[in-house]
Amino acid sequence: MNAYLLLANGQVLTGKSIGQTGTTIGEVVFATGMVGFQETLTDPSYYGQIITQTYPLIGNYGMNDQDYESDKIWAKGYIVRQACQTPSNFRCQMTLDAFLKQHNIIGLEGIDTRALTKILRTAGVMNGAITTEFDPRNDQARTAALLEEIRSYAILDAVKAVTCAQPSVHNPQGRYHVALLDLGCKNNIVRCLAKRDCKVTVLPGNASPAQVLELNPDGIMLSNGPGDPAENVEIIANIRTLMESGIPTFGICLGHQLTALAAGARTEKLKFGHRGANQPVTDHTDGRTYITSQNHGYAVVSDSVPPEMGKVSHLNANDGTCEGVEYAAWNCFTVQFHPEANGGPKDTEYLFDRFVERIKAGKEGE
Amino acid sequence: MPKDPSIKKVLVIGSGPIIIGQAAEFDYSGTQACRALKSEGIEVVLVNSNPATIMTDPDIADHVYIEPLNAETVTRIIEKERPDSILPNLGGQTGLNLSMELARGGVLDKYGVRLLACRPDTIDRAEDRQLFKDTMEKLHQPIIPSKVVENLGDALQFAGKIGYPVIVRPAFTMGGTGGGICEDAEKLHEIATNGLRLSPIHQILVEKCISGWKEIEYEVMRDSKGNVITVCNMENLDPVGIHTGDSIVVAPSQTLSDREYQMLRTAALDIITELGIEGGCNCQFALKPDSFEYAVIEVNPRVSRSSALASKATGYPIAKVATKIAIGYTLDEIINEVTGETCACFEPALDYVVVKYPKWPFDKFVYAHKDLGTQMMATGEVMAIGNNFEHALMKAVSSIELGLETMTLPAFESWETPDIIDHLHVQDSERAFCVYEALKRGVPHEVIYDITKIDHWFLDKMQNLANLENALKSQPLTQELYNQAKEMGFLDKTISRLYGVKELPWHRTASFKMVDTCAAEFNAKTPYFYSTYDEVNEGEEFIAEHSDPKKKKILVFGSGPIRIGQGIEFDYCSVHAVWTLKQNGCEAILVNNNPETVSTDFDTGDRLYFDPLNPESVDNIIATEKPDGCVVQFGGQTAIKLATHMDKIGLPILGTPADAIDEAEDRERFDELLERCGIPRPEGRTVFNTEEALKAADELGFPVLLRPSYVLGGQNMIVAYNTADVVEYMGVIMAHVDMDHPVLMDKYILGTECEVDAICDGEDFLIPGIMEHVERTGIHSGDSISVYPPQHLSPSVIRTLVDYTGRFARELKVVGLVNVQYAVQNGKVYVIEVNPRSSRTVPYISKVTGIPMVELAVRCTLGEKLKDMGYGTGLFPDAPYVAVKVPVFSFEKLHGVDTMLGPEMKSTGEVLGIAPTYKEALLKGLVAAGYQFKKPGPGSCVILTVKDSDKPEILDLAWKLKDYGYKLYGTEGTCRFLNKHMVACNMVRQMSGDRPNVVDLLESGLVDYIISTSAKGRDPSRDSVKFRRKACELSIPTLTALDTANVLVDALRGDHDISTIPLVDIADLAKENARRRLAKG
Repeated sequence: MNAYLLLANGQVLTGKSIGQTGTTIGEVVFATGMVGFQETLTDPSYYGQIITQTYPLIGNYGMNDQDYESDKIWAKGYIVRQACQTPSNFRCQMTLDAFLKQHNIIGLEGIDTRALTKILRTAGVMNGAITTEFDPRNDQARTAALLEEIRSYAILDAVKAVTCAQPSVHNPQGRYHVALLDLGCKNNIVRCLAKRDCKVTVLPGNASPAQVLELNPDGIMLSNGPGDPAENVEIIANIRTLMESGIPTFGICLGHQLTALAAGARTEKLKFGHRGANQPVTDHTDGRTYITSQNHGYAVVSDSVPPEMGKVSHLNANDGTCEGVEYAAWNCFTVQFHPEANGGPKDTEYLFDRFVERIKAGKEGE
Repeated sequence: MPKDPSIKKVLVIGSGPIIIGQAAEFDYSGTQACRALKSEGIEVVLVNSNPATIMTDPDIADHVYIEPLNAETVTRIIEKERPDSILPNLGGQTGLNLSMELARGGVLDKYGVRLLACRPDTIDRAEDRQLFKDTMEKLHQPIIPSKVVENLGDALQFAGKIGYPVIVRPAFTMGGTGGGICEDAEKLHEIATNGLRLSPIHQILVEKCISGWKEIEYEVMRDSKGNVITVCNMENLDPVGIHTGDSIVVAPSQTLSDREYQMLRTAALDIITELGIEGGCNCQFALKPDSFEYAVIEVNPRVSRSSALASKATGYPIAKVATKIAIGYTLDEIINEVTGETCACFEPALDYVVVKYPKWPFDKFVYAHKDLGTQMMATGEVMAIGNNFEHALMKAVSSIELGLETMTLPAFESWETPDIIDHLHVQDSERAFCVYEALKRGVPHEVIYDITKIDHWFLDKMQNLANLENALKSQPLTQELYNQAKEMGFLDKTISRLYGVKELPWHRTASFKMVDTCAAEFNAKTPYFYSTYDEVNEGEEFIAEHSDPKKKKILVFGSGPIRIGQGIEFDYCSVHAVWTLKQNGCEAILVNNNPETVSTDFDTGDRLYFDPLNPESVDNIIATEKPDGCVVQFGGQTAIKLATHMDKIGLPILGTPADAIDEAEDRERFDELLERCGIPRPEGRTVFNTEEALKAADELGFPVLLRPSYVLGGQNMIVAYNTADVVEYMGVIMAHVDMDHPVLMDKYILGTECEVDAICDGEDFLIPGIMEHVERTGIHSGDSISVYPPQHLSPSVIRTLVDYTGRFARELKVVGLVNVQYAVQNGKVYVIEVNPRSSRTVPYISKVTGIPMVELAVRCTLGEKLKDMGYGTGLFPDAPYVAVKVPVFSFEKLHGVDTMLGPEMKSTGEVLGIAPTYKEALLKGLVAAGYQFKKPGPGSCVILTVKDSDKPEILDLAWKLKDYGYKLYGTEGTCRFLNKHMVACNMVRQMSGDRPNVVDLLESGLVDYIISTSAKGRDPSRDSVKFRRKACELSIPTLTALDTANVLVDALRGDHDISTIPLVDIADLAKENARRRLAKG
């Protein structure tokens, strides 16, 4: 069956349907990782987006029940050049196509994904729709109506949509207690903490400061998550309050952006974001550059971080955007990239060690 | 950290002659290194014994020494040039080993030379088996159970403990020379003995065989700050057990999930960090297909063949970046030249699939064992890029030039299916084709997997190709099927052949995508493209944006994979053609498919198309580029083969017209040409079958020379001495060669062979120099020792050579290069062949005469006249040096190949000796080629066994050897002959005789040289062939031509000491010529 991608600028790309059929609207973005598509699909940060994979052969090793980064697909659609029908790996349990069907996700294959990537790179991310219901090249009326919908589409209340409803506790026998604010958390953040002897209490993103402090945590973790950071007014205020507590805090991705907003900095939308497993980030505390996994469409404006609050500690070595802040005023450090990886390189997983060191130092100080 | 300002003059060591396991990739890396150093204002001193390389050009380095690569010579160069640093990690294993020898021997300390990029202990930890094991254990990196042993007893004992099969890997040998898989104790006995001998430190590793695991490689880089990246990972289609150089390799890995990918990536980074390497490093892993269990197989602490492949596969210039790191820069300070904006401290993202396919010499050596194992056999490789695996694989198959269009090997088609399945067990160079044949017949993947352990993913993809090929043969051709076939890389020619029609109702032209290191995330400027069947043509967009419409656009065809007979020389010529075109206001567009070469560096030409060199592929490029013309004369036979097609489609060929090529190749037309020129040639005939051949031989009289037309490197060429030889030859040739082209038979002229390369502008010609061969006619020119200027030709012969060459040039209307081979017999000159194109000897003659031959040739093709170029016309005056080119062979890697030289080329590379006199130059050349010049010790001996016609000639030779202190042994006939003529010689029984026989003598370690000629050869079952093979496996120099033996013995007995022969900086020659021209101008 044919499937079509209709972009907000009116361009149509024709391919074949994979996964579910129907029509889906989302913000079309591209991701450059060559492996880790199950992790990408189940990453809550892709909420509301249609993901395009730049690597042409996707699903080669299939899907399994271990590589989930959350229990569902949050993306609105999935675009690949070629979806592998005969995957091969000892853990493989199903094909990409079956996985998308199981999760009710509309997909598209067989288009020139490189051409699409160049459109997005040049024009910036744009909204679009995948449809199997009609050929936009032949049906002007339906196309016009769909285009209107596409153009008015916006990702709203993203964190509310992806955060957990109820708190949950992981690795209860862990020595250090970390309260994790779930803004769209990837499972591997919890795994990375548990591995370091932490008991992790995952809380809904809008948990009040009182709810958090009630747990008497040794550390606070602010997770990754989707959407425009600035719309999370309530959570930003909560973070400001929490920071005053002096509890060691570590923020990743959206957690990093919200902390910056709480400290009085600004965020801006990037033209086409950073989504991939090959982004170089320089840690200005030691001068080393690390290869990181990234997935974000917004960034903290470096100049806007109030000097009395914090100092930019990490910069993207390609475009110089802010990748991390160390808050002198608070016992907190945050990064834009994903040290928990999955998918992507594990080169910055040591930041979890740094966090746990701070927790230890805090505990011993008591 | 920025560049270290104390580094001002760097010595770069090259990798020496091309041999199996060490090919053009080090010319690529070395050239990149030299250019990177020069761009930083650093003075570069280069030493490499290989004259065919681009790196030994006077414009690549400031001082160029084509000298033997040994510690003694390099020490002298250091003494003379006084470099402050040495760059050891870009010249392959040869460069690395030599640098370590200099470091350990205290030479570097003595002259205050800094070793850049690594420390000797780092190298030991990667290369010494025990230290490597200790290092991996320290890092908790799993390795395969293994033990380093220094004698056979320990090897057998350990193997008994861990169980067979085991693998033997000798320490410090390149390309796995001397290693192998041993199924039982007997095999271990054989391989371990050999491995111990070949290892320079007499050490081998015996390890548990894990064949069947996936083989995965990572190319990693590290700088002095500790920044680490992986440039790319690669997955071998063939599982562990076949050397990665002989495997079909795909990049990036396909069957690894993020978890396995990152697990091995982290391991690779931990390893390079622990070793403290500053530069590039290659890590090879074995990964169990059904768990996360893995083992580190090997670490190469240097730029390698795999890194050349990774560079081309990703666009990331590993050698250049490694060089910048070596002189102090860190990865974050180096700009990614592809984007011009982002930094080199990142990991390339690919949005295509890369397939590397090895090029083996078995099409040439029909008697060689094709079995693959842990010892590399491929002479070269091709790379193909596609946006699906099928397309990339199809491109690769076309590029290896086996005459295949799909994975179907015609020979398998007639086999019964059970035989095909049975044959899957044979791990040889044709196994991928055998798998494909099985897939076409619907053999279940489980069956194929159980035998081959080729991952199901690859089998499924190959099945797609097999199904499509079946469908094209059996189903109606719909447009959908046609489109599917195009997207999977089927050529129109193939589709119409399979479907059985002459004309197809459709034709799709390919478009082009860019290789940009970043999957289109950034706006890249790389002019590096590959074909796809997408609508958007980035090639066209790029041309519209970047191409200068005022410039002429010229297509330059490269020479494809490195193989015997078509080596790195043609890459040298192609690259120089490109540079000259650029300098002369043209846009040069390169097409090639060899990842090891300088020509496929994306900044060599104005644009690079990494695609097959077949007519349809080239048509696609022409459709996008719309070039004004093309050049075919620099890319060897691969490019020449395209000439007819270019003529057909009407794309102007710059220089010599296609018709001239035909005139030189076509027997009858060539005879007419000779007649017009009044030049004699050995009488000859054209034959199509055995009957005709026998008749012709009878008319001409034996011996006769037989060869197929349209080949390079004397492929399948023999001298036939009798009827039986003719019958055998015609049998072999008709089974292997497309008989569209006839077999040429010539009366064989015994005499001195000479070779002339000339540059012509259509009117005048310039001969930079004449070469005289040491060996008589009958031995392929590529395998002969060649001397410039000639030492034994009379002035009248030289005048004749110049005269004849000029007549050819004019009559063939050569514009550009022409190569003519002559035989001189009793003062009379015969023409053997004329090749209106660049030849193997062009780089060497360019360097020793200081005449940039390719540059002048290209300028001629653009319309300039020789008389305006300042080098004069006619024969150029002799250089103040003698240069001797000595061939180098890879026989120890090619089991079953007779080492006897003949009209079919067998050498893989060459070295050059340059010195003021002939004798000195010869000595240098022989030393550079690896002859050790041992003094005879107590019991040292030489074995002589020659054919009857050679016997009268060996008397003097034998006497000289005896006089030098050698004890002589001879087989029955030879011995009797010598004794009869009063030369004392001991008789030794042949291999088939009772023990003790010649085998025991060979194994005694007392044999320094062997002189062996026989009327027959080739067939490995013959005693003489077995004897020479045995000698080869024991690394005993075997001379199979009396002429070679004579010069070697004279050199042995000569009073020249290599340490006193002056070193020659060939950059001075070029400078001298430039001065002369200025003075004239």
